[in-house]
Amino acid sequence: MGVIGQSVKRVDAPDKVTGRAKYTDDLADRSALIIKVVRSTIAHGYVKSIDTSEAEKVPGVVKIVTCFDVPDIPFPTAGHPWSTDPHHQDVADRLLLNRHVRYYGDDVAAVIAKDEVAAVQAMRKVKVEYEELPFVLDQLEAMKDGAPQLHENFKNNILAHTSYEDGNYEEAIKEPGLIVVDKWYDTPTVQHCHIENHICYAYMEAGKINVVSSTQIPHIVRRIVGQALGIDWGDVRIVKPYIGGGFGNKQDALYEPLCAYLSTVVGGRLVKIDMTREETFTCNRVRHAIRYHITTHVRPDGTFVAGRMEAFSNQGAYASHGHGICAKGAGAYRQLYRYRSACKGDAYTIFTNTPASGAMRGYGIPQMMFAMESHVDDIAKRLNMPPLELRKLNLMEVGYKDGFSKNENYFDSFNQCIEKGMKYIDYERKLKEFANDKGPVRRGIGMAVFWYNTAVWPISLESSSCRMVLNQDGSVQLQLAETEIGQGADTAFSQMAADELSIPLEKVHIISSQDTDVTPFGTGAYASRQTYVGGFAVQQTARLMKERILLAAHELTRMSVHNLDLEDGYIININNRRRLMSLKELATEALYSFEHSQHITAESTYQVKSNAYSFGCSFAEVEVDIPLCKVKLINMVNVHDCGRLINPALAAAQVHGGMSMAIGYGLSEQLLFDKKTGRPLNNNLLDYKLSTTMDHPHLEAQFVENYEPTSAYGTKALGEPPATSGAPAIRNAVLNATGVEIDSAPLTPHILFERFRKEGLI
Amino acid sequence: MAQMKLVKCTINGEYTETMVDVRASLTDMLRNDFRLTSVKKGCEVGECGACNVIIDGECYNSCIYLAVWADGKSIRTLECLLGPNGELSDIQQAFVDEAAVQCGFCTPGFIMSAVEILESGKRYTRDELRKLLSGHLCRCTGYENILNAVEKTMNKRLEQKEQGEK
Repeated sequence: MGVIGQSVKRVDAPDKVTGRAKYTDDLADRSALIIKVVRSTIAHGYVKSIDTSEAEKVPGVVKIVTCFDVPDIPFPTAGHPWSTDPHHQDVADRLLLNRHVRYYGDDVAAVIAKDEVAAVQAMRKVKVEYEELPFVLDQLEAMKDGAPQLHENFKNNILAHTSYEDGNYEEAIKEPGLIVVDKWYDTPTVQHCHIENHICYAYMEAGKINVVSSTQIPHIVRRIVGQALGIDWGDVRIVKPYIGGGFGNKQDALYEPLCAYLSTVVGGRLVKIDMTREETFTCNRVRHAIRYHITTHVRPDGTFVAGRMEAFSNQGAYASHGHGICAKGAGAYRQLYRYRSACKGDAYTIFTNTPASGAMRGYGIPQMMFAMESHVDDIAKRLNMPPLELRKLNLMEVGYKDGFSKNENYFDSFNQCIEKGMKYIDYERKLKEFANDKGPVRRGIGMAVFWYNTAVWPISLESSSCRMVLNQDGSVQLQLAETEIGQGADTAFSQMAADELSIPLEKVHIISSQDTDVTPFGTGAYASRQTYVGGFAVQQTARLMKERILLAAHELTRMSVHNLDLEDGYIININNRRRLMSLKELATEALYSFEHSQHITAESTYQVKSNAYSFGCSFAEVEVDIPLCKVKLINMVNVHDCGRLINPALAAAQVHGGMSMAIGYGLSEQLLFDKKTGRPLNNNLLDYKLSTTMDHPHLEAQFVENYEPTSAYGTKALGEPPATSGAPAIRNAVLNATGVEIDSAPLTPHILFERFRKEGLI
Repeated sequence: MAQMKLVKCTINGEYTETMVDVRASLTDMLRNDFRLTSVKKGCEVGECGACNVIIDGECYNSCIYLAVWADGKSIRTLECLLGPNGELSDIQQAFVDEAAVQCGFCTPGFIMSAVEILESGKRYTRDELRKLLSGHLCRCTGYENILNAVEKTMNKRLEQKEQGEK
């Protein structure tokens, strides 16, 4: 039937265009008590005392809980699979509410009230007395001796430092005649800005604490709520309905632990916590701002001989996903280009008094690609060599194999993607044409590539479970722990199941919502893992299901199972292709049979011990108004080799969204903090410049489909990669237009003004 | 104590009378009193467009529109677009067909702005459509397929109108 590879319509679209799709707040009963968090108004210090007497008098207040009331059980929040090895567990540095506050906006107390107005009024009347401490916002400052210390066990605020050295760097750089390019690059703090803020509600029922949450990772949140409350994990139930985007922010336990706890202090009553947009910006997670120092020793012909990279990642106040982000980027640096003699890397993740950084679409790769792909163009400029030629000379070779993950670069993906991108954007012609622009408004063209790998094996566990249930009419329920967060996972999984069982897509009923009491185990939406990892679970479970169906068919037809198969919703004899009975007849008979009644179901777990590279590139064309210091993006294309496309239309839609995020990263988005107080300055959607319809040109998504040999369906990462190479492509286009190297993102008029002035352009 | 006021208005073609808290927004009233959950909350200060509804033919962010102001008005939300037998309207179908929906949270607001655009009966260029839709934020789609859905439906309707006039 070939439903895989078809652009079938999203299975959730009808509900989403009619308002029927229910999100967390749509499901919350109106009787819910409302929680408001009292937040610190200093960036660093200790809460000395809290006076709730005035707040308690506000009519409608039910209870106020402070940092002096909560259990002293530190817990981790990162949405990683749990590790039974203590050395690989996430840092447990969180409490439900904090006496030691570490950023402006930290959780100090919580008001529970009958309605939102009462909760907000009481929140404002809670008086908190602090002992203020000095604070530090910049990661390099925070590393210095004598800097304010955030966490006891992390000297110089260094959460982690990892390093590697391939070859001997010091020896390698002695090679005569090498040209050295030594530069710093800076990436900003940005936020996910999913349109639905994080929200959850909790209540007790059947001896359990039940939490309904806007999360990407229900099974992981269950474990973390259990850890935070010091209760058995089976006493926690998490339900995940439709969510209004996540992008990694909801790949963390956010306020589920506090919400669950607060229900227990009001006798299990229903309590709801609904973030404001302002809180979402600074009291959830942000993308790590990372500063890079990159030195490349290159021969005059462009051959990279030795590379040196130091990364300094701003973790913010709490560990969350921690060093994983910076380390992933460092891994990309090591592999993306070939250093003929040596490559040396050091990655540091450093606590500062800013909002906690966590997972965000791309997980350290947008940062690393901005730095490295800018750097490659800077080297090309120094050598007076075409940037594409320099890349082709040094990019990871076909056949490269990573000894750790066993990932292999099977195909000539980079060149294939680059060629497609060049053709679409008419690269060579424009490069020549734009070179003649000498006026105040100049056009430029640039590109960047990206490195990505799929899922988290072998760093962490990769495991996914699936359940299928045959209904009386021959349709099936499909259930996975892998979550639909807008990317289209439900549709892709439905296509896989329909294909394996050879039934029409509409006969697959996917259960979109996860309920940890019912849904089989899996870890959820992150690391661009689900189509790859969940694919194995769907395939294995469908084949198990098929075996059972054919066994039932054997009982009913007396034909050998070896002569039977499923085709277009029928049991057929493979020898003459004759239809013996419909799957519907079989399903009804199997269930209601007086001889042998059986409910045909299948369930299985697939543990994945492979991983796959996903490569591609972005090309951008810009127009730079030099006197106005403004960049206008004229044209943009992304080309991806993410293996075989399960659903080309939805794949393209993923790419559009990632490109949009990359445009914001390159041109406009940046969360700012007041240097004197640590207070966030633009934590709202008016002052934080998210791209609108007006800020985009047409976004072109193209693909190279090399079937991934390790994959169940030939697919590999696509969720995050589209957000990784766009910003440096824009930056390099600006370099091409103006000759000015801008070494920090985003390329706002403020930055351009400074740089253009320095270079004598204005 | 909360001060209440009677609001008489038409919602999705039906006359209603509701007592509302004078401090409540129209978003609150539509979501809480009428369970019209297509009206989404994304910022509650008129920045994101997720709560967009049509009031007397014009789009408003209902989060910064007091419920009491709705008195005497006719309000339309996404829920009113379905045909008599539950069939999708052309613009809803276009959002499905063009893969213009991802997480779906901004979708109702976008569709209601599209309805306002389509009902104007005017032909807009792609750039004009960009401007008309710029009050809505979406983090999933890059707007590409949303623009396609609106543009294609506009062209289709104008074509049908022209054929009707012939």
